[in-house]
Amino acid sequence: MQLSRRNMLAGAAATGALPLSLARAQAANTVRIGVMTDMSGMYRDNTGPTSVAAARESAAEFGASHGFRVEVIEADHQNRPDVGVNLARQWYDQGVDLIMDVPTSSVGLAVSGVAREKNKSYICVGSATADLTGAQCSPNTIHWAYDTYMLARSTGGATVRAGGDTWFFITADYAFGHALERDTSNFVRSAGGRVVGQVRTPFPGTTDFSSFLVQAQASRAKIIGLANAGADTQNCVKQAAEFGLTRRGIKLASLLLFVNDVHGLGLQTAQGLVCTESFYWDMNDKTRAWTQRMLRRIPTNYPNMIHAGCYSGALHFLKTVAAMGVPAAKASGLDLVNRMKAQPSDDDLFGKATIRADGRRIIPSYLFEVKTPAESTKPWDYYKLLQTTPAEEAFRPIGEGGCALVRS
Amino acid sequence: MDEIFGIPAPLLFGQLLLGLINGAFYAMLSLGLAVIFGLLNIINFSHGAQFMMGAFVAWMLLHYLGIGYWWALILSPLLVGLTGVILERTMICRLYKLDHLYGLLLTFGISLIIEGIFRNQYGSSGMPYRIPTQLSGAWDLGFMFMPVYRGWVVVFALFTCITTWLVIEKTRLGAYLRAATENAPLVQAFGVNVPRMITLTYGAGVALAALAGVLAAPIYSVNPQMGTNLIIVVFAVVVIGGMGSILGSVLTGFGLGIVEGLTKVFYPEASATVIFIIMVIVLLARPAGLFGRA
Repeated sequence: MQLSRRNMLAGAAATGALPLSLARAQAANTVRIGVMTDMSGMYRDNTGPTSVAAARESAAEFGASHGFRVEVIEADHQNRPDVGVNLARQWYDQGVDLIMDVPTSSVGLAVSGVAREKNKSYICVGSATADLTGAQCSPNTIHWAYDTYMLARSTGGATVRAGGDTWFFITADYAFGHALERDTSNFVRSAGGRVVGQVRTPFPGTTDFSSFLVQAQASRAKIIGLANAGADTQNCVKQAAEFGLTRRGIKLASLLLFVNDVHGLGLQTAQGLVCTESFYWDMNDKTRAWTQRMLRRIPTNYPNMIHAGCYSGALHFLKTVAAMGVPAAKASGLDLVNRMKAQPSDDDLFGKATIRADGRRIIPSYLFEVKTPAESTKPWDYYKLLQTTPAEEAFRPIGEGGCALVRS
Repeated sequence: MDEIFGIPAPLLFGQLLLGLINGAFYAMLSLGLAVIFGLLNIINFSHGAQFMMGAFVAWMLLHYLGIGYWWALILSPLLVGLTGVILERTMICRLYKLDHLYGLLLTFGISLIIEGIFRNQYGSSGMPYRIPTQLSGAWDLGFMFMPVYRGWVVVFALFTCITTWLVIEKTRLGAYLRAATENAPLVQAFGVNVPRMITLTYGAGVALAALAGVLAAPIYSVNPQMGTNLIIVVFAVVVIGGMGSILGSVLTGFGLGIVEGLTKVFYPEASATVIFIIMVIVLLARPAGLFGRA
């Protein structure tokens, strides 16, 4: 070939385009998981960097032998629905195949809408509202580790059975708090109990709950239901002890309490509280071994049910992609989610679990009591198991949620 | 049972008292802000982070060195105040001749860095800190159960506010400070070391924030966000009271604590916004604030 200027220019252009086409080929063969979480707010320890580490642990264990690359990226949604929606749009447009975690129910619901609109997959782990698989269910969404109905049934049900038949709710004034209050109230009423009052506290931004606790006390309810989470729950528990509520026979029902919150409160303050999780790090040899692997990534924060859910959800997603093939998985989020629903998830932390048509993953829930300082013998040894609710009873029956996917 | 506006009287009295207690925190925090703004013309946006540092240093003293609450009440403000002195000498002192906005941006950036460091190191779940045994327990006031510690907070905050006001308004040191604010070169001509005085004033303002942090540690969750939640409210308190007016911030702090407490009874959903509604009304009617000089 003659070495003309035209040939040289064509050669240079082809060489320049080579990395681009290689990058395209690589992108087509790379599965991207976006962990959208709270990296800077009050839910950071309950979700946050440990959720990201769990997804990365899952990708690392899944390995590179399946013929495609896995990339895990992260972003902070600041617990704001507007930020979450913008991030979700940007991520899906840039080729993210799965968004997961997404704590804070208002953000979780908003991202579910975007996933449906873009026909992508979404595994919601961090948000609690049962509306994700109820009135606002979506064929592109799976709700993975827990929900408000599960918490209400386990903690609420056990509290009513123990004689707590009059309730006053201190509720975080957003989607999660409303859903948790509604679901628990239903249990209380159906068990013959009464809800004597409730107060909606601004979220975020409330640090002093003493006014609300005094109102709860004045209502003469036996139980104060805490339909909040994170620092709000911690402040309520601390201040209830300070105002002597617990000493005078009023019981607190911490409807959503994580092992990390117990760590923040200290056993001296938290002892005796009951709470519900679908995972505890010290349940068996497999959970302990996984926790040790996680602690190598995040040494200061033990994993809770959300972190375990992020690991388990990412693993099930990757197994499904491997079974479908990357092009088919990337082509339609709906097909991918349907495929995920068709086969049970199976991992060391939760065992085998089925996913219902409404997107609800069915697993057992565990009612724990927080140990006394004397009972705790090692770091983060905080829970003793009181009761297990079997998977088929733990969640709202599929016909009762009002999910359009079920009716059709 | 007697009722006032449909609310049982004992419950209303309880809420008034709780509002006063919360007002004590607002007063202490806004006091530090007012001192710094009044004498240095710096809008100290890192005040919330310094409040949080005060609580965290108290926790560190207990956790790492076994030093309890009473010593922390002295040591924590000193240590955090020292960081304030370093901050003023290395960065803030360069901004005195510039627009207020530069000081606001610098201190806002500093607060983000401080909170980020603490968040990375200690997470967001918070650290346990117990009420000292001497102040645990509660009094039965008939209309409510009043924890001894909350009573201590009100008394201590009042004492601190009055002392600070007396130092600034009634002592020779305070007179120097006020004079330096009006005409620094003239005061310097009388042989007063004005830059050092300003540095120490900033340190003292920061120490006041840290002191409030130590007081808050046993009742709020000690976490990196604890200052963020309060600082915006406290800024509103300072604006309502009149920027730079020390007495104004203290009185407004207590007053708005009570207004917020009552809102928590009548319409809890608005309890986080009521202070800002008042701020808008005050700014429209008296732009210099309730106690400020136009």
